[in-house]
Amino acid sequence: MSATPSRIRDAAVPWLLPVAILVGWQAAVSAGLVSNRFMPAPLDVIRAGIAAGRTGELWTNLGVSTLRALAGFVVGGGIGFGLGLANGLSRLSERLTDTSVQMVRNVPHLSLIPLVILWFGIGEEAKLFLVALGVFFPIYANTLHGIRSVDPALVEMGRVYGMSNAELFRRVVLPGALPSIFVGLRYALGIMWLTLIVAETISASSGLGYMAMQAREFMLVDVVVLAILIYAALGKLADALTRQLERSCLAWNPAYRSA
Amino acid sequence: MLLDAQLRDKPPAREPDTGAPALSQGERVATLSGSAQPSSRSSPDRAGEQRGIAVTVRDLHKSFDGNAVIAGLDLFLPAGGFTAVVGRSGCGKSTLLRLILGLETPTSGRIGLDEAEAGPRRSQRPRRIMFQEPRLLPWARVVDNVAVGLSGTGTGTKAERRARALAALEEVGLADKDGVWPATLSGGQRQRVALARALVSGPGLLALDEPLGALDALTRIGMQDLIERIWRAQGFTALLVTHDVAEAVAMADRILVVDEGRIALDLRVDVPRPRRRGDPDLARLEGRILEHLLGTPSAA
Repeated sequence: MSATPSRIRDAAVPWLLPVAILVGWQAAVSAGLVSNRFMPAPLDVIRAGIAAGRTGELWTNLGVSTLRALAGFVVGGGIGFGLGLANGLSRLSERLTDTSVQMVRNVPHLSLIPLVILWFGIGEEAKLFLVALGVFFPIYANTLHGIRSVDPALVEMGRVYGMSNAELFRRVVLPGALPSIFVGLRYALGIMWLTLIVAETISASSGLGYMAMQAREFMLVDVVVLAILIYAALGKLADALTRQLERSCLAWNPAYRSA
Repeated sequence: MLLDAQLRDKPPAREPDTGAPALSQGERVATLSGSAQPSSRSSPDRAGEQRGIAVTVRDLHKSFDGNAVIAGLDLFLPAGGFTAVVGRSGCGKSTLLRLILGLETPTSGRIGLDEAEAGPRRSQRPRRIMFQEPRLLPWARVVDNVAVGLSGTGTGTKAERRARALAALEEVGLADKDGVWPATLSGGQRQRVALARALVSGPGLLALDEPLGALDALTRIGMQDLIERIWRAQGFTALLVTHDVAEAVAMADRILVVDEGRIALDLRVDVPRPRRRGDPDLARLEGRILEHLLGTPSAA
C-alpha cells in the first residue's frame, strides 16, 4: 500500500537536481541574466530538437553515431575480451603480449587522430579504429584482472572435483571474473562516446559531433547545446543498460542485489 | 532414515580384524598400549555395503623447497574405516591428506588406492574432500553447488544430476534451501552444503581437512554427528585431519598422531557407537593423546 508512493519518491530523488538546474537555467535566461546568444534557454533547445527531428537530420545523425559507436565497441571490446581471456589463462600468451599492450596503453589514443586521418581520411574506418582502440584497453585490463583474481581455492576445488578445463572455465573462472569484466564494460562505454564525439567533431561529414560543429559555424547555439544534452542522455542510457545487465548476471552477489 | 535408526540402535558387533595390512606400522609406533597394533577394522555395521577405498602408503616422502614435511611415512587405511589424523600445526597432517587425495605429488614413495571388492561396479569411486572453508561457488545456487560434486563421474542428464543433488541435500537436512544463493546461508549451513557436494557422487574415500574448525561449538557437534551418521550409512573410507583431539576421539575408530612427518602414535578407539560426549573412556584416550602431543617425557 505505502510501497508505491515511497517507490515513486525513491525513483524521483536522482532527478531532482537535473530538473532544478533546468528550471533555474530557464529562469536565468528568461530574466535576461544570461545572454541568449551564448546560452539558449532549455525551451529553445527543445524547440531546436523538434525542428531537427522534423527534418530527419537529428535521427540520421543519431543513427550514424550510434552505429559507429557500437561497431567500434564490438570490434575493440571483442579483441580486448579475447586477449584478456588468453592472457589470463595462459602465461605464455601473457608473456608474449602484455608488455607490448602496456606500452601502447600509455599512448593517449586520441593523439593518434592526425595519423588516423592520414591513414583513413575522414571515412568510417577512422572512427571505428579510434573507438575500437579506446574501448580495447579497459575491457582487456579488467578481463585480465578478473581472471587473475578468481579465488584459487575455488579453482582447486573445481580441479579436485574432477571438472574438465572447459567446465572449470565456464563454471568457476568466467563467473568469478564477471564483476571485474563489468567494471571494464562501464569504463569502455564512457570512452566509446568520448572517442566518437571527439573524432566526429574533428573530422566527419555526418553524426552528432558533425551536427554540433556545423551548428557552431552558423552560431546555432541551441543545436550545439542540444547535441551536448543528447550525449548526456546516451551516456546515461548506456550506463543504465549495463547496470541492468549487471543486476541480472551478478544476482548472486549481495553487493549487486536490487533492494 | 529408517536405516540410520537401525544402525544407531544396534550395538556395534566387534569383528575380528580382517586381513593384516600390507604394512606394519608397529615398528614406528610408540607403544603406549596394545592398541598400537596395526588395525584394519573395517566398519562392522555395514556388511554387504562395502564401498570404501583402501589406502596404502609406502615410504612416503614430501619436501617443499628442501624442507621435509613427510619423511618416510607408511600407512594402511582399511576400506570403510574412520581414521583421524591429529598433530601439532605444521606436522604434515594436512600435507598427508593432500598427497592421498592427489592434490600434491609425492617427492618419493607410493600411494595405492584399492577398491574393497571387485563388485559389478569395479570402476574407481571418486575421492572427495571437504575443506576447512566451504568453497561453494557463490554464483551457483545451492542445488547446483551440490551438483558440482558429480563432475567427472559421467552422471547422465541434467534432471538426473539435479535429482541426486536434491537427495544429497535432503540427507544433510537442507532440502528446502536448494534454490537459494550460498551467500544467504549461515556458516554451518554452507558447510553442510559442502558435505552434500562431497557425498553426492557416492565417494569411496572422503577426506575431511579440518572441515569443522571454523564453526561454533554447538554447530560443530551437530556436524560431527551428521558426518558420523552418513559414514555409517554409506560405508566410505573416512580420513579426518583435525587439531581438535576431542573431535578425533568422538568420531574416529583409529587415531594417528603425526609428528615430524611420521606416524608417532597409532591408537584404536574401541568405544561403541553412538558415542556419548563426556564418556570417561573417550576422555582418558583424549588425555593420553594430548599428553603425547604436548611432549610429556613418558610419551616421547
